[in-house]
Amino acid sequence: MTEATAHSLAASGAFPSARTTSKPYWNPYLVGFLLGLVLLASYVVTGRGLGATGAFSSVAAWLAGLFSPEHVALNAVHARYWNDGAPLESWTLFLLIGVSIGALASGLQGGRVGLTIERGPRSTDNRRLALAFLGGALAAFGAKIARGCTSGQALTGGSILNVGSLLFMLAVFAGAYGLAYFVRKEWI
Amino acid sequence: MLPLAYHFEFSVAVDLAIAVLLGLGFGFCLERAGFGGARKLTAVFYFFDMSVVKVMFTAIVTAMAGLYALSAAGMIAISDLYIEPTAYSAQLLGGLIFGAGFIIGGYCPGTSIAAIATGKKDGLVFALGMLAGVMAYAEFTPGIEGWISATSRGELTLPSLTGIVMGWWVAAFVIALLLAARGMDWLQRRFSYLRPRPA
Repeated sequence: MTEATAHSLAASGAFPSARTTSKPYWNPYLVGFLLGLVLLASYVVTGRGLGATGAFSSVAAWLAGLFSPEHVALNAVHARYWNDGAPLESWTLFLLIGVSIGALASGLQGGRVGLTIERGPRSTDNRRLALAFLGGALAAFGAKIARGCTSGQALTGGSILNVGSLLFMLAVFAGAYGLAYFVRKEWI
Repeated sequence: MLPLAYHFEFSVAVDLAIAVLLGLGFGFCLERAGFGGARKLTAVFYFFDMSVVKVMFTAIVTAMAGLYALSAAGMIAISDLYIEPTAYSAQLLGGLIFGAGFIIGGYCPGTSIAAIATGKKDGLVFALGMLAGVMAYAEFTPGIEGWISATSRGELTLPSLTGIVMGWWVAAFVIALLLAARGMDWLQRRFSYLRPRPA
């Protein structure tokens, strides 16, 4: 990762990672409409919406089970994702496998695939990676408490007017906007 | 008559194949919107690129209107669908912590996968951090689970809470989206000076 690729931002204002040949992103309202149809299809076919954090819980239960199945049985959180000894046969995990293939296909078509570290010009790669780890841990912890994330609560619950999901969404934006000033050098 | 899963016994393999298919569309949309990159995602918190809200809001309104249309046509009963129980304090506290993780780490769980798929090392590290966060939650905080269950109010939706039927809420959300679209355009112009310039 060179400085030049890490910082290259198209003058157009899109955020193509490291490529000057990348195509612009689609109109966000069009993408939102399509994403809404995917969410609707999930409800119509399965009776449930989308999710993401559950997949991480399944992988965590699987990892814990590698060390001690007894421990998993005694742990209320892991036990819920143990799935009778097949934690990796998780619906949400397979959803995320699809997500990675779909995102890769879109990225390849748009010329947006390449090894990079996304950060603002004033940050450093190491600091960015350290904060990515910390942020991931916090996001997961928060999602576990709230019983869902941007997918499982905000999108899925929001579309069915779930009061807790709408509250979650407001809290997410409040938390992020509240901290944005203090971490601005990471991004802008 | 919908959802289909209530009428056909999907085998595990079919169920997981459906998950992959839906994921394809989900991941394609995320990457198309630019959400495979942390700078595009966090830009919403500095107002110069509101794509995150535009996409989420439009997706929510689209699915909401679709569910309402299907239920009005008698093809689906909203009460048949899965609704996560509401626990005010859990969703408030969890949301605040989640929001902090979002702006510090640059991703949310689903978008970190789109980031990994398109080569973002920071996306991979964010996902590893998530795994650590889930592990920490499972190991050190079993008491939170009991607290969430104890404060749960069960299935709670705006129509059931207020007595105002879903159709009015759909109309309100559509109008709110149209107004928000204008407001966001103004915000993006107002804060365009924050947009990073090429190095």
